[in-house]
Amino acid sequence: MNGFYADKQAAAAVRPEVLEAMLPFFTENFGNPQSLHSVGQKAARALQTAREQLARLLNCQPEEIIFVSSGSEANNLAVKGLALANQARGKQIVVSAIEHVSVLKAARFLEKLGFKTVQVPVDSYGLVDVGKVAEAITPDTVLVSVMMANNEVGTIEPVAEIASLCRSKGILFHSDAVAVVGNIQVDVRAIGLDALSLAADQFGGPKGAAALFLKKGTKITPLIDGGVQESNRRAGTENVPAIVGLGRAAELAMMEMDKKGQRLARLRDRLISGVLTRLDEVILTGHPERRLPHHASFCVKFVEGEAMLLGLDLEGIQVASGSACTSKSLRTSHVLTAMGLDPAVAQGSLVLTLLDGTREEQVDYFLEKFPPVVRRLREMSPLYTRFLEEKKDVHR
Amino acid sequence: MYTDKVMEHFMHPRNVGTIPDADGVGEVGNPVCGDMMTFYIKVKDGRLEDVKFQTFGCGAAIAVSSLVSEMAKGKTLDEAMKITNQQVAEELGGLPPHKMHCSNLGADALHKAIENYLEKQNRQRPEGGGEEKKSQDKEAHFHCPFCDYTLPENAQLCGHCQIRLIRCEHCGEYNREKDETCRHCGAGLV
Repeated sequence: MNGFYADKQAAAAVRPEVLEAMLPFFTENFGNPQSLHSVGQKAARALQTAREQLARLLNCQPEEIIFVSSGSEANNLAVKGLALANQARGKQIVVSAIEHVSVLKAARFLEKLGFKTVQVPVDSYGLVDVGKVAEAITPDTVLVSVMMANNEVGTIEPVAEIASLCRSKGILFHSDAVAVVGNIQVDVRAIGLDALSLAADQFGGPKGAAALFLKKGTKITPLIDGGVQESNRRAGTENVPAIVGLGRAAELAMMEMDKKGQRLARLRDRLISGVLTRLDEVILTGHPERRLPHHASFCVKFVEGEAMLLGLDLEGIQVASGSACTSKSLRTSHVLTAMGLDPAVAQGSLVLTLLDGTREEQVDYFLEKFPPVVRRLREMSPLYTRFLEEKKDVHR
Repeated sequence: MYTDKVMEHFMHPRNVGTIPDADGVGEVGNPVCGDMMTFYIKVKDGRLEDVKFQTFGCGAAIAVSSLVSEMAKGKTLDEAMKITNQQVAEELGGLPPHKMHCSNLGADALHKAIENYLEKQNRQRPEGGGEEKKSQDKEAHFHCPFCDYTLPENAQLCGHCQIRLIRCEHCGEYNREKDETCRHCGAGLV
């Protein structure tokens, strides 16, 4: 047993096959894809191969891929770039209340330029209601952005329905699929997306490589001006080794995704039911069925997330939390707040995202170590003492 | 992120618990901002005979409470009133900057417990009374609640830790500008 790392969403090891594909592009194949000589052209070909590999995973054309540096950049490019380039069609943007901050803050930036943002609420499972999206749309709406699955609670959103709604009204639709691509099947054609964000580090690729799928013929304003890279849509010398890694990771994901997803979903269910049976006053956050196969998230009442995280770390278990104390901004997760969770309960947030190689014995190890960590913290929690006293009073 | 001393107190906190027949109880923070500390004291011959605490909060909050309880035990009320949040942070070998603003309130909770005791004594204060002294201090100068830096009256920004401040209209204590409720009395902040 080498402990249990369950924070895949924050970071995961680059797959050995991916690293192997990348390495030559740091050394012998160091060329700049924009150079016309043979050294440069070798890098250009590698870039093209990666573009084709990713296009196959998404079921799109290679020229519909824009390589960027991170999921946040892809989201910024989508929201700002689409809104700015298409503002003649309208100046209102519709987003869900649980989008990643890179979408929400990009929208806030646009507000300073005279755009208007409407946030669509979610239900207690973190599910976006398509009807509410329809209500938020006005003749002035230029862009709708709703994530494919939420990173904090794992809920998979009804993006196909939202896409068809947008299509029927001639509105651009972007989906942040950073938590999704490479983990479950995503067919951008079948869904009917105009733009989609993804990041390599979520499926065995390196940090520093991400992409925006942009449907052919869609106008976009670049965030970075300069050279002609990425067909004039993202200037700057391409991060060739990382992009090669993204391509190879996409190829591997395509072959293994379904089998891997089924295996992880079983482990996830074992973990969720194990936690809920071993501890009382714990809430599963997010949707019980419509959730990412590798994602389990909870709110443990009367304790604070960071303290649990530290306690677990001392047992060799690494997880994440959306509590205010865990975030350096000291703000409670906007996702949990939008789901209507009591802010005090939201402080007990715990998020586990399973690595591809997670084993059943690791899940069982967690189920053994987690309850004592919670019990220890509850014993020193004034809120738990109060809860027990109130319970006693009720039974009296 | 945390010093060894913080982790040691987090793992093995001293004086956890409640005192059912406590002479004074003090509570700061609220669960909404992620940290809440409750201190219980027993007073004998003007000294803190026993100090216990319960804390809902992060690792820093637990370590801070534990250390404060350790520092306070056996001290006179006056001595205990002089323990500052800044001293606690220093004693712990430092806290991450963003933790100075929410988790480092242990001394405040202890002081509230002592004030609560003094109130119960019908405002009979020991010689050179702690509470009186503190209120005099407050009149003389104001301190940042997070780093104890001396502030001009009605400061909006702490010149030391750069936190934006707002005063609670209800109890007059300083809070973070971002806070929605007062960490001292729980009143809503405008």
